[in-house]
Amino acid sequence: MYTAKINITLRKSILDPQGKAAHQALQDLGMTDIESTRIGKFVELEIEASDKESAFKKADEACKKLLVNEVMEDYQIHIE
Amino acid sequence: MSKKIGVIVFPGSNCDHDTYHAMKHVMNADTKFLWHKEEEIDDIDLILVPGGFSYGDYLRSGAIARFSPVMKAVKEFAGQGRPVLGICNGFQILLEAGLLPGATLHNKNLRYICKDVYIRVENNSSLFTSGLSQGTVLKMPVSHGEGNYYIDDEGLRSLEENNQIAFRYSDAEGNITDEANFNGSLSSIAGVTNVDGNVLGMMPHPERAMEELLGSTDGALFFESILNELSVA
Repeated sequence: MYTAKINITLRKSILDPQGKAAHQALQDLGMTDIESTRIGKFVELEIEASDKESAFKKADEACKKLLVNEVMEDYQIHIE
Repeated sequence: MSKKIGVIVFPGSNCDHDTYHAMKHVMNADTKFLWHKEEEIDDIDLILVPGGFSYGDYLRSGAIARFSPVMKAVKEFAGQGRPVLGICNGFQILLEAGLLPGATLHNKNLRYICKDVYIRVENNSSLFTSGLSQGTVLKMPVSHGEGNYYIDDEGLRSLEENNQIAFRYSDAEGNITDEANFNGSLSSIAGVTNVDGNVLGMMPHPERAMEELLGSTDGALFFESILNELSVA
């Protein structure tokens, strides 16, 4: 059994108003070393697969078919 | 001959009855509900995908609804060049289903916005707007948290080249301004069609602007334009 940890964020070119609002709040708290803040989603999948590569493929298919809208989002998959 | 209208009902749709009322009782059109589990759509001339929070808006607005059995039938229907109109969440479902280009992001101020707005008819070449003159300003409500239309640069060029931008947010006089673009939509876009012009999606709610009592009858003008075009076709 493998675990796929998937991070989904808005594409870099898209303004992330949620991230921007949180960033402003962090600045207001004096945490001025933080230079940017982006907020996304985290998805965890438990996958039955013969090896890591095939687990990755299954996770990638899930992202492309449902979990991610590639018009506006990017994603990264980590298999453990 | 009276045209037949189908209003799709998903779990979480909440404008389905408003839309049904608008078509059946204000426009006097032969209207019926289409359950989301239906796999075939027969004997319908116009499909309306209403607003609401289909499947709780989980994951992304419209992302789950697009896998409903009825959406396969909607795709086939649209593929035959027959008319489909998505309103608000219905628009988001059509975007997720790939029937329309682009996506909707959170409103730029992160708030759910519910108010009357003005939209300007940008082109009257599609069957949905043929009875309205270009530049006509319509007043109707919006009610959404994620209506900030987005598409990449190439997509925007293609929308413009193919005359796919149906409506833009404007002020009451039809001026496109930053203030009027309350949700931050790219290029003030309020509604787009597919390349063939038989699928339209829009964030504002024409079905809530049908009777004087409710503040505007501009939605009825819009539906009248559609029904007239369908009768001629």
